[in-house]
Amino acid sequence: MTFNHKTIDELHELLVNKDISALELTKATLEDIHSREEAIGSFITVSDDWALAQAEAVDEKGIDPTNVMSGIPLAVKDNISTKGILTTAASKMLYNYEPVFNATAVENAYAKDMIVVGKANMDEFAMGGSTETSYFKKTKNAWDQTKVPGGSSGGSATAVASGQVHLSLGSDTGGSIRQPAAFNGIVGMKPTYGVVSRFGLIAFGSSLDQIGPFSKTVKENAQLLSVIAGPDSKDATSAPVDVADYAAKIGQDIKGMKIALPKEYMGEGIDAGVKETILKAAKHLESLGAIIEEVSLPHSKYGVAVYYIIASSEASSNLQRFDGIRYGFRAEDAVNLEDIYVKTRSQGFGDEVKRRIMLGTFSLSSGYYDAYYKKAGQVRTLIIQDFEKIFADYDLILGPTAPTVAFDLDSLSHDPVAMYLADLLTIPVNLAGLPGLSIPAGFVDGLPVGLQLIGPKYSEATIYQVAAAFEATTDYHKQQPIIFGGDK
Amino acid sequence: MKISEEEVSHVARLSKLVCSAEETSAFATSLTKIVDMIALLNEVDTTGVPVTTTMADRKNVMREDIAKSGHDKEELFKNVPEREGDFIKVPAILDGGGDA
Repeated sequence: MTFNHKTIDELHELLVNKDISALELTKATLEDIHSREEAIGSFITVSDDWALAQAEAVDEKGIDPTNVMSGIPLAVKDNISTKGILTTAASKMLYNYEPVFNATAVENAYAKDMIVVGKANMDEFAMGGSTETSYFKKTKNAWDQTKVPGGSSGGSATAVASGQVHLSLGSDTGGSIRQPAAFNGIVGMKPTYGVVSRFGLIAFGSSLDQIGPFSKTVKENAQLLSVIAGPDSKDATSAPVDVADYAAKIGQDIKGMKIALPKEYMGEGIDAGVKETILKAAKHLESLGAIIEEVSLPHSKYGVAVYYIIASSEASSNLQRFDGIRYGFRAEDAVNLEDIYVKTRSQGFGDEVKRRIMLGTFSLSSGYYDAYYKKAGQVRTLIIQDFEKIFADYDLILGPTAPTVAFDLDSLSHDPVAMYLADLLTIPVNLAGLPGLSIPAGFVDGLPVGLQLIGPKYSEATIYQVAAAFEATTDYHKQQPIIFGGDK
Repeated sequence: MKISEEEVSHVARLSKLVCSAEETSAFATSLTKIVDMIALLNEVDTTGVPVTTTMADRKNVMREDIAKSGHDKEELFKNVPEREGDFIKVPAILDGGGDA
């Protein structure tokens, strides 16, 4: 028995009507996970026992007919803290770490009686674009198991795209939700900086990191964001805005909506098939009444360079806490305290993490600070101003999510710069703290293409409105990879 | 700009990392490529442009100073690699080391 082809609204109706119990749904979800896991590799930990116990508790309490998430399973990226469930950030450094608290996003999901079924694979400490830097395993693309799933939230994306679980949480520092959503043909939202509390998210780049939802459809994405978002006294950078329902504008027409198409997002380095797909999507939005005009974001080409300085600098500081003393991996052969730090970190971190720590330390070090960290912070201001100018005249921006479709496993993992450049369309959004959504917009060579919608701060409801209008009049989101299967 | 192996060793030391000769050479190559990519920023005139360091809308967040109970001590010890009584055990802090 599987329910993986049902929407959250349909599952909720089944649960409310007692056609199924939360326990039956959780059991079916765990079966969907285990039957596909060898082929897809989405999870570092599947929390069978915990999920079954939680589901029984929800059944005992009763399904709340006013709470659509009551009894719904959820997969969580493995850098988001889950009390009593291993949280490794896909690193040897945290191979045995069980948090004693929940991230606020997880706490909010539990408060709505959601059921955590497992922890999803990712690039180590979220550093990567292909999930290949995970210490534990490789995750495969849901559509073609010789391709990368994208990253860093690769496992969160493939878990949803391959029919293992309906909903998942990821984190996005430079594209880590949107790019894997695009590569696997699903919906992924990077909310405005501060909309979702970062408390309990293992920090990478603190001025860039955001937790966000993955789902198969736009409405489900908005429903999950409504659950996890909100101000939090445990995160002083969380935004002082409280939106009860991010799905509120779904169904409203988009006539007269002004959408900008930056010429830089359709320029050099963007695959011809991807461009064609995005132009077709833009025409489709036009046919629904939107006004699409070409604009320029002149500083967007500096985004990748700015990002690698800022994100690495922040990471070099954030990852100082991993020293082998209080939790996680500790090197065995250390003779004194300094030796514990150095040996633990040298043996516990993978190469990409070390590279970024060193790049960040270099950017912040005496003699280089002005030329690197300060310069990057200034160009970041110019990138933010580019967006502000556009949003004075337009409601949203559209473009591709990624310059190509999913690439071959092992094809970029030995060339960090090529891997970094693959994030050129998602990075500016994090630098400016904006919301960005990727939705399925077509296929090139049988692999999904993501359409990215970017809005001004706190415009998530408008982004979902436009995305839902697109989705309601196309069928890309209904196409499923072979591994999804299901008894349609 | 070329990042030399000496610079890699220096930055590794600042980062509390140690690299083998082979790793040092590989990091020198990849960091040089990255720093070359980043050099693109030199063409941007940033005279008088302020530095952005955060996207948070709130700057200083104040709250009442009210004591709340925290985590249970035993719970916090759950992840500690080596324990002795109510202390976290580490090797001697001074050079030479051994058991303190």
